[in-house]
Amino acid sequence: MPEEIILPLVEFKHIKKTFNQGSVNESLLFEDFNFSVERGQFISVVGSNGSGKTTLLNLICGSLMPDGGTISLGGYDITRMPEYKRSAHIGRVFQDPSIGACPSLTILENMALADNKGKSYNLTRGVSKKRIDYYKQQLELLHLGLEDKINMPVGLLSGGQRQALALLISTLTPIELLILDEHTAALDPKSSENVMELTDKFVREKKLTAIMVTHNLRYAVEYGDRLVMMHKGIAVKDVAYHEKDACTVDDLLKVFNTISIECGN
Amino acid sequence: MAFGLIETVFREGFIYALMAMGVLITYKILDFPDLSVDGTFPLGACVAAALITLGVNPWLACIAAFLAGAFMGSITGLLHVKLGITDLLSGILVMTASWSINLIITGGTAISQFFNLPTIFNSGIVKALPDALYTHRQLILVFLLAVIVKLALDYFLKTKSGLLLRAGGDNSRFVTGLAHNPGHVKILGLAIGNGCTALAGCVLAQLNENADVNAGKGMVVMALAAVIIGTGVFRRVSFLKLTTMAVFGAILYKACLQAALLLGLPSTYLKLLMAVLLTLSIVSQKIGKKGGTANA
Repeated sequence: MPEEIILPLVEFKHIKKTFNQGSVNESLLFEDFNFSVERGQFISVVGSNGSGKTTLLNLICGSLMPDGGTISLGGYDITRMPEYKRSAHIGRVFQDPSIGACPSLTILENMALADNKGKSYNLTRGVSKKRIDYYKQQLELLHLGLEDKINMPVGLLSGGQRQALALLISTLTPIELLILDEHTAALDPKSSENVMELTDKFVREKKLTAIMVTHNLRYAVEYGDRLVMMHKGIAVKDVAYHEKDACTVDDLLKVFNTISIECGN
Repeated sequence: MAFGLIETVFREGFIYALMAMGVLITYKILDFPDLSVDGTFPLGACVAAALITLGVNPWLACIAAFLAGAFMGSITGLLHVKLGITDLLSGILVMTASWSINLIITGGTAISQFFNLPTIFNSGIVKALPDALYTHRQLILVFLLAVIVKLALDYFLKTKSGLLLRAGGDNSRFVTGLAHNPGHVKILGLAIGNGCTALAGCVLAQLNENADVNAGKGMVVMALAAVIIGTGVFRRVSFLKLTTMAVFGAILYKACLQAALLLGLPSTYLKLLMAVLLTLSIVSQKIGKKGGTANA
């Protein structure tokens, strides 16, 4: 009986990416980068500045285009697909909480816009009255009392509240992949903890595939099924499941220190 | 005489309010400084002149003017979005091109008159007005037009498409996240904004029974001042919609100009006064915001 082949959800093949090509500041980041993400996996990516972790996310989302190689999502080649088209399958939460929602629109209007993702934005009523209860019910999941403030402009919310809302908004409609781009980095410790717990809850309950870039090594160790450490465009450490469970913050720090010594710092 | 002057202020105020509401969409909601308005305002007038001279129903001429303005507005959008030309320059290109287009529409004449031909002010629905109101038909009609456009825009801004437009001006990355091209949203907003502007030009031309290709000079300044004054003065009145603020702004602005003329300012100074008024409204808005360093 032939073994069933499970295709990875995301696959990078021979990716090449150079920044500032043709100038004195030219820097080669990815020379021949190969990377794949299994369906249902929750990956934490760590690494120092300039290691290529954010570039990795930007290449998946289409905010950056590779110089060579192919990127596929769910078996389809998306290498040249524009960012907004990929967004139909990808949800993304940014470091800056103000990007995740529209500040001058109300919570309700933001929810309604997000709920309509992938459908046509036509001349029918923007906020359907029938859906308001559903939106409130979703907002209750955040435990921030936002369900009682649905007519408040998002601009009046705190960073922590906005980021929790951004997380909810980006996972409101079915998506294949959730991208978390240092999404707790700009928050105070309590909000950061809350958003991280919500993230884990949503990823588990909605059975999402997620890639989270973080500078918080504890989060990287505690959450997710796989841990990738990037350095100069190479995955220097890549552990999953029970191997990852054995990994501690100290282990990661040791690898970081070894790299730093190699770099002569 | 005093009542006559007030009526003039309101009559012109409501006509320019149509344009101010259009510029509200581009400038305030989309954050796009759209200079094509200087070209699409006389475009509406020229379309009105050409069609009414041909014997077309004046209301159809209004619709045609809106569509012509929307078309030119989307050209501004396409230049900016698809060719990557800056927002200001895209508007200047369309404004310049409109000059020729407007002359082509009028058959080469700078001022085309259409006296004694049916317009929205002397035919059709206004005939149904009782005699007592007929003398004020111009004011009544432009007031109704302003209300209709206001309500239509208010409704639009609450639709899915309208919400997406507001999102586009607020946070274009959010629109990308909703799997929509934020560029297309900009083009739609510019089309609506310039459609309203051309409609204002068309109505003014029908009121004067002539179309002047030079009528567009300073329209951007006028519309921006109306929007900034309106949204600045009435900012604290929370129940007022942005569109209502733009209408009030246009009337206040017209009142300022009229008052200056009444105080003996020669009309040569009018454009200078318009520029000064816009400058003052931007500066006062900055001072109104705490710190005074926020951008206008």
